[in-house]
Amino acid sequence: MSTQDIGDRIDFYPTHQIAGYRVRIGRPLPFGATLVAGGINFSVYSNGATSMSLVLFDHGAKEPKAELPFPPAFRIGAVFCMIVFGLDYESLDYGFRADGPFQPERGYRFDSTKILSDPHARLISGRDVWGAPPDWSDIYPYRSRVLMDDFDWGDDTPLRTPPEDLIVYETHVRGFTRHPSSGVSAPGTFMGLREKIPYLRELGVNCVELLPIFEFDEHSNPNTNPQTGEPLYNYWGYSTVAFFAPKAGYAATGAHGMQADELKTLIKELHQAGIEVILDVVFNHTAEGDERGPTISFRGLDNTTYYMLTPDGYYYNFTGTGNTVNCNHPVVRNFVLDCLRYWASEYHIDGFRFDLAAILERAPDGTPLPNPPVLEQLAYDPVLRDCKLIAEAWDAGGLYEVGNFPNYGRWSEWNGKYRDVVRRFLKGDSGTIGEMAARIAGSPDLYWARGARASVNFITAHDGFTLYDLTAYNDKHNLANGENNNDGANDNNSWNSGAEGPTSDPWINRLRMVQMKNALAILLTSQGIPMLLAGDEFGRTQQGNNNGYCQDNEVSWLDWGLAEKNSELLRFTRALIAFRKAHPTLRGGEHPRGVDYVGSGFPDVTWHGTNAWQPDWSPWARVLGVMRCGRHAKGGSERDQHVYVVMNCHWEDHEVALPVLPEGTEWRLFADTSAFPPYDVCDLGKEPSIIVPHRYLVRARSTVILVESATEGTPA
Amino acid sequence: MPSQVDLVETVGTTVIAITGELDSSSSTPLRDRLMALIPDSGQVRLDLSGLTYISSAGLRTLLLVYRRATSRGTQVTLTGIQDEVWFVMSATGFLNLFDVEGKPEP
Repeated sequence: MSTQDIGDRIDFYPTHQIAGYRVRIGRPLPFGATLVAGGINFSVYSNGATSMSLVLFDHGAKEPKAELPFPPAFRIGAVFCMIVFGLDYESLDYGFRADGPFQPERGYRFDSTKILSDPHARLISGRDVWGAPPDWSDIYPYRSRVLMDDFDWGDDTPLRTPPEDLIVYETHVRGFTRHPSSGVSAPGTFMGLREKIPYLRELGVNCVELLPIFEFDEHSNPNTNPQTGEPLYNYWGYSTVAFFAPKAGYAATGAHGMQADELKTLIKELHQAGIEVILDVVFNHTAEGDERGPTISFRGLDNTTYYMLTPDGYYYNFTGTGNTVNCNHPVVRNFVLDCLRYWASEYHIDGFRFDLAAILERAPDGTPLPNPPVLEQLAYDPVLRDCKLIAEAWDAGGLYEVGNFPNYGRWSEWNGKYRDVVRRFLKGDSGTIGEMAARIAGSPDLYWARGARASVNFITAHDGFTLYDLTAYNDKHNLANGENNNDGANDNNSWNSGAEGPTSDPWINRLRMVQMKNALAILLTSQGIPMLLAGDEFGRTQQGNNNGYCQDNEVSWLDWGLAEKNSELLRFTRALIAFRKAHPTLRGGEHPRGVDYVGSGFPDVTWHGTNAWQPDWSPWARVLGVMRCGRHAKGGSERDQHVYVVMNCHWEDHEVALPVLPEGTEWRLFADTSAFPPYDVCDLGKEPSIIVPHRYLVRARSTVILVESATEGTPA
Repeated sequence: MPSQVDLVETVGTTVIAITGELDSSSSTPLRDRLMALIPDSGQVRLDLSGLTYISSAGLRTLLLVYRRATSRGTQVTLTGIQDEVWFVMSATGFLNLFDVEGKPEP
């Protein structure tokens, strides 16, 4: 009999009847709810439960329509599994009721009064429309639903862009288009973001990194704005309710339960535009908080497995949020792996950024492990092989692992040290030149074994000041967050350029514009993976708030009117991105060696001061020149022009002597941040000659980018 | 209102009108009825001007019917899609998978 003839099989038929439903024993794997011939296979793990029921609701109904206890024969090991026949999957909500001991001192917190979400639920209903007032009396607020995973991807695959060629753009799905100025048809949604793809293409970025999109509850913030009395939200979403489910409230079709299709369509079209998608994933804690928090799923199914517990049964809090996920427990490890495999294969995700990833280094008792199994497993997983793995290599429990994160040659990191030193350089601090050189070269001191591609360079991110605010505020202004300005980082390394906050002083506003350009010029000419914060390309402000996690309003939303108002900065950013893409010598995946290994007459990277070939590493130095030899581009495998970048963070002008180029070539000016537009930057290949060859007056607090070109009248 | 199917045949073209709401409960009967009505060749216009709601399962049924029909050589075009249904089909990407009258060029 050929497989084509297997239209019918014995196990397509029920063997039992429970609560009026026709059922048979299910399959333990995969976990979750899976459509099978004639029915749905439900499978859930609980090591400690003494009994388990499947609870079925008509979609949205207040009371369950049936409760089906798993008979003893439907349990394999610690897995309860059952196929239920004849269900209409689309009009169904389901959950589990687990019974077992309530002995907190031993870690058991079973509560049979609760209906629990499926940890593997691929669709969640309950917060279907962002901000819509929830029914707080609902006995089952986050309802698992069944998803048909049959999306037509056509020929789409993850893009597999080499990491060192990425230009990452970090954004929040809702904040990106929620502002009325966005001009999209479905503001604040996946569809809205999709309508902005032409903008992203024009900007030139080739990767978007989305703040958490796994289902979370925006209403989980109990605070109000003390200034206005308005409720505050969990706007960023770093508090996962369901790890396999996209946030319904981020979909224009979430009310219809079609968020998965809408997100997949967004990803497919981003890929068509050459833009990768990286998800910010939060495996360090869940939305259940500590023992005072809600029991949503994990606590009620297997508290001792999923969470790190103290010897007397309380929650370790290495995350600052109440609980810590027990990521190196073998069961949880598999859960993380299943989850990421699912997103990589079903959603074609190109990579993941792990929030507070140092948590993933910890053993169940919180001790950092030298060889954390979960990190090793992710690094070598066959399904995830082409996915970027990026660690935020610290946690709230004091583990700071930038440069030391267990990496298996595979993990890259948010380089917090890059951010810190570039900020200090920009405001003119002394003693930064030596470290600046290391950071610009891809931080060989941190990532010598992994190469520059391990370093995600950033100056701003969602967490902290925006780029404009970095140039406009000395101090954070977080009163609107309802925590007496105690939240958010204090060590911002920011400088307000002469006045705190908005000012009418044209000199200060000019300086802020130039400082933003300096930051972007340094970032986009550094080796490593540059990451921009959405809106920084046109001067977005959060009015000095450096912790906008709760601000679902104009503080956080991108004001697209600024793209017009600050078109000068947008034009500059676009040009810089195009320049980076055109010059592989800026994008080496390996660190420079400091020698000439291709016979070009110049080492791959050389350092300079106000005099060529004489870098000034002294503490009081504030000028740094870096020349990248074009013949060494990508380890000598590509041919490029030489590029010279001079950074002057001093408050005085400096006349800089440039390295002399071979006969027939000269330095031409691509960008000078001190110049007014249109002379601040030019189109690729249209770079003008400089007035005096080999000398350039680098103005106070400015950055100059020069590129090698054939002298006029000389064949290239 | 559950969905209904009405057939109008003109010379060379078959017009099939789907009215009402198309969700999982009406999907299976609709699929069987459509497959019976769609001829093995020629042109079919699916008139959706009376379709007021379509669910996820409804979209899948429509696409399944469309693919079965086109794979056996029938040319199928969707017409008269109402704004709300159009919006859902656009947001979920389904619009791109059909031949649709009046669809803007990408």
